[in-house]
Amino acid sequence: MSTPRLPDLQDPAVEPLRRRFLASLGALPLAAAVGTTTAPARAATIKTQARIVIAGGGAAGLTAASRLAAALDGASITVVDPRKEHWYQPGFTLVAAGIKPQDYVVSGTASYVPRGVEWVSEKVAEIDPEGQKVVTDSGKVLPYDFLIVALGLELHYAGIEGMDTARIGQDGLGSIYHSPQAAAATWGAMSQFSKAGGVGVFGRPAGEMKCAGAPLKYAFITDDRLRRAGTRSKAELVYMAQSKSLFGVPIVAEKVRMLFQDRGVKVNHEHVLQSIDLGKRIATYKTPTGTAEQSYDFINVVPPMRAPEAVRNSPLPWTEGAFAADGWMEVDRDTLRHKRYPNVFGVGDVAGVPKGKTAASVKWQVPVALDHLIGDISGKASQEVYNGYTSCPLITRLGQAMLIEFDYKDNLITSFPGVIAPLEELWISWVMKTMALKPTYISMLRGKA
Amino acid sequence: MKELDPMVFLAVFQEMLGPMLWVMLLAAVAAVVAFVALLVRERGIVSRRLVRAELLGLIGGVVALVIMAQVSSSGFTDAGGPADWFLIALVYGVGAVATVVLTYAVMGWMQPRQARA
Repeated sequence: MSTPRLPDLQDPAVEPLRRRFLASLGALPLAAAVGTTTAPARAATIKTQARIVIAGGGAAGLTAASRLAAALDGASITVVDPRKEHWYQPGFTLVAAGIKPQDYVVSGTASYVPRGVEWVSEKVAEIDPEGQKVVTDSGKVLPYDFLIVALGLELHYAGIEGMDTARIGQDGLGSIYHSPQAAAATWGAMSQFSKAGGVGVFGRPAGEMKCAGAPLKYAFITDDRLRRAGTRSKAELVYMAQSKSLFGVPIVAEKVRMLFQDRGVKVNHEHVLQSIDLGKRIATYKTPTGTAEQSYDFINVVPPMRAPEAVRNSPLPWTEGAFAADGWMEVDRDTLRHKRYPNVFGVGDVAGVPKGKTAASVKWQVPVALDHLIGDISGKASQEVYNGYTSCPLITRLGQAMLIEFDYKDNLITSFPGVIAPLEELWISWVMKTMALKPTYISMLRGKA
Repeated sequence: MKELDPMVFLAVFQEMLGPMLWVMLLAAVAAVVAFVALLVRERGIVSRRLVRAELLGLIGGVVALVIMAQVSSSGFTDAGGPADWFLIALVYGVGAVATVVLTYAVMGWMQPRQARA
């Protein structure tokens, strides 16, 4: 078994490319003087004939495509993803809160694919890092020099016995993550619940998940909807935490514990949703002592999450440790470079790193991974490091949120020190979530933020 | 946020407002130019007109807050800390000052002769 090597940049065949690269550098000051350098990444354009395949055209894949298209000249860049619709997933909770319409989160993938990038609208069926190729479901073979895996994750609804996604919105069943339609249907079910009251059940799966703040947010939003409808006294809210903690970052977990206490949300720890009876409205949880049943009038089901099939069936996942079981990619947490296949990078949800499954993480991961990739092409090794930055505007009621940002080490990071306190429920954080986040996200997809 | 870059801000505001960004920027520049030109032409400020413009400015600040509440699906009643009061003051202030400048300029250029008479 041979490990693929990085393209040899010392190879005499590569030398003309290098000279052209230096020549292009010489032309830069003039270009800058006349204001023609519109490259979003604002890096010097590097000439290369490298074949770069980006598996997945979601937030991470499109961001990578935009930045690569701007940074490289002559490279063959291919994005592989069958999805015509692009979903702005950070907006799903706002749709499910009744704040934004369903179409707020839907746009077209085509509008973000930059010029010069080929979009293969097919599903990735196989990744072969030994043979350095990606195969689509139609059998199309895409050989690569560099591969960026940005396939996101799979919502494993089948992991909950009795769950049927077709019934989201009926019989008090909500599940925001599934799709924009499901988010809107969840709002329908929650809206009914907020008028009638009863038992509302929330929680999250064991294992890694995207935006671990979302299940908490939705409990807070439901509480607020009940209060606004004047039915809070007729309702009981229960949050089923999968572990002994409410959130992966201890200081945030403690704050959420205090807020849940304040809002009267009951917490059960070490409860993982195992099966659900949609007709009888009973959820069954795995607990350290066996199973526990919980009846509900409304439930927000968050399914277990794992790496997509094409990744799980490839040699790319971790082979041991916490990320192995669900097939997350074995990448270096600092550089997002694959630990065994150096010309493969994993960004976004699929990356087997602690934290980091949010759009805000993508914003920081992609430039780091690309800097290392481009460093391989130019021969100038990158020193860039991804520190695990993850951000979550944790809505605590309609009109207020806590702007929580943290890194691998569970440190709180403050983007606006002295102005926006991370653990404070603020209107300004809500304003950022509802007004600034989507334009920032779209700018990110275009490689401009 | 590592790169607090003006170009990033421009890109984000362009996504947020679309062509309206340029319309608003042009309107703002036009209002300021008209205001300054009026000051130069009249060699000073007409206090009677300014007071009227300021009265409208008080309403302009409120209008800015109402618009802000609409686009953010919330309102200043959701303020939870000092940063929020700062934002409220900022939005009110921008709305008020913009209204004063615009009203003063429009009033001045609409009735230029009266001011001199």
